[in-house]
Amino acid sequence: MIPEIVAPRYDPHAALAIDGATTASWLEGFLRDELVGRRNITRAVLGLSGGIDSAVVAYLCARALGPQNVYAIRMPYRTSSPDSLNDAQSVIDALGINAETIEISDAVDGYLRFAPDADGRRRGNVMARMRMLVLFDQSARLGALPIGTGNKTERLMGYFTWHADDTPPVNPIGDLFKTQVWALARYLGVPVAVIDKPPSADLEANQTDEGDLGITYAKADQILHLILSGYRDTNIVERGFTPSDVALVRRRVDTTHWKRHLPTTALVSATAINEFYLRPVDY
Amino acid sequence: MTNVALVQFKPRKGEYAANLAALGAVFAQLHGAPTDLIVLPEAALTGYFLEGAVYELALAAPVFAADVNRIWRESGGGAADVVCGFFENDGGTFYNSALYVRLGGIEPQIVHVHRKLFLPTYGVFDEERFHTRGRKLGVFAGAFGPTAILICEDAWHAITSTVAALKGARVIIVPSASPGRGLGAGRELENVVHWKSMLANVAQEHGVYVLYAGLTGFEGGKGMSGSTCAFSPRGELMAEAPALGECVLRVTLDDAEVDVARSTLPLLGDLQSALPDLWFDPDLPLPRAAREPVES
Repeated sequence: MIPEIVAPRYDPHAALAIDGATTASWLEGFLRDELVGRRNITRAVLGLSGGIDSAVVAYLCARALGPQNVYAIRMPYRTSSPDSLNDAQSVIDALGINAETIEISDAVDGYLRFAPDADGRRRGNVMARMRMLVLFDQSARLGALPIGTGNKTERLMGYFTWHADDTPPVNPIGDLFKTQVWALARYLGVPVAVIDKPPSADLEANQTDEGDLGITYAKADQILHLILSGYRDTNIVERGFTPSDVALVRRRVDTTHWKRHLPTTALVSATAINEFYLRPVDY
Repeated sequence: MTNVALVQFKPRKGEYAANLAALGAVFAQLHGAPTDLIVLPEAALTGYFLEGAVYELALAAPVFAADVNRIWRESGGGAADVVCGFFENDGGTFYNSALYVRLGGIEPQIVHVHRKLFLPTYGVFDEERFHTRGRKLGVFAGAFGPTAILICEDAWHAITSTVAALKGARVIIVPSASPGRGLGAGRELENVVHWKSMLANVAQEHGVYVLYAGLTGFEGGKGMSGSTCAFSPRGELMAEAPALGECVLRVTLDDAEVDVARSTLPLLGDLQSALPDLWFDPDLPLPRAAREPVES
């Protein structure tokens, strides 16, 4: 018998592996170019929730711009988990960045008095949009650019409030899947408690992302990667995923394309903006 | 010997005059050492992703050559050759081009203009929407002798470097603008790993020097992956730059190295004899006329 060598089968984990040092260095370069190089702005402001996404962005901003130029705003609502504030504090302490806490309860409740029938989804959207309002106002106060903290998984799954979480003009982690954000967080040295806790939008008590989505991030990210790479559902099932998980992810992507675009504008001319008149964002 | 300076350059998007001035400062720096040939990246003085603004910033080759010559002379430069990528306006037809120009005189001498043959129009790229593709791959007399230029995607097709070598090129110059992507390959971006592997293969297979100048810096989130580098005719990496940040890479080309590499590994000579059998194969999907022998 002569030896036989068998090529390894498709490994969905390997496809999403990232090198922490390369990724961090690249994203720091991005932040410096976008803020200082392109806009001549040396300060960044971000909403620090206590979750892993904003923690990673805080670390990247501190490395790119210096901690003295980073402003973290905590914006709790009265039902927000106290753990969120504490976890955010651990990031602030570790980095030595500037921090402020601005309660949004009065502002949110002031509006909700006129909407007593608002369900959890509507209330969550009001909170997210209030945080956007605060962040942009603080941006004007501080002369600091708002930095986005949405990851690729939630963008693809439509798991965010339109014109709220997605509004900052610069986002260093928007092309990283959630599991890649976790990997980057470990490289950056984000506090373990922030990395290990179940991700949550913290809009309602006991809420978790994976409970809301109906699938784990580990599975969702691999399926999303295959969908975006051009594989059909049958190909994805052949690679070890259940038809129901594939259908769930496919449906979330296919029903939320609109959330990843600017508002739809009726085209009536041959000079329509972004249709005929095309200029890149940095021109 | 030919002294080459590869310039990894980071333009400000659309600010042609400011970028020319910045290039003048680089030119002044280059005078610190002998420099026969300077290579700049693709779209070096405008930025790469311009979309419709190509029509606002494209220049006729003589106008572009005069601008480069003016700042070269203002920097105190003597005689030297420059390769620089630019968006070309040829009477209302637009190309993604690279100029090879001889500088130092009152008037610049345009030696060659290469118009990009393969315009990537997929994924993040949309070149064919804004440019017309070039139709000819020229080999011309440069500072190091027979020279060819391949702009970025041109070099991804094995046949372009093969044709250049068959037409006599001893150095292939690759101005490029390559958006960095792929973070899983270790300390280098996946596209950079691919580029270096491909350029090394081109150099080794054909026994040519390969000079690669990459644009650097972020353009609206897309980071140009620099990684300017040079390969010897044996396929050895002579020098390389990091992905991000401007820099100058200096390499010296030695004509004897090409002869030695080709005698040690005579793949190009073998191809010259085998080419007619491959090229005139009736099963090749080529137009009929292309299969007919070319008169010498």
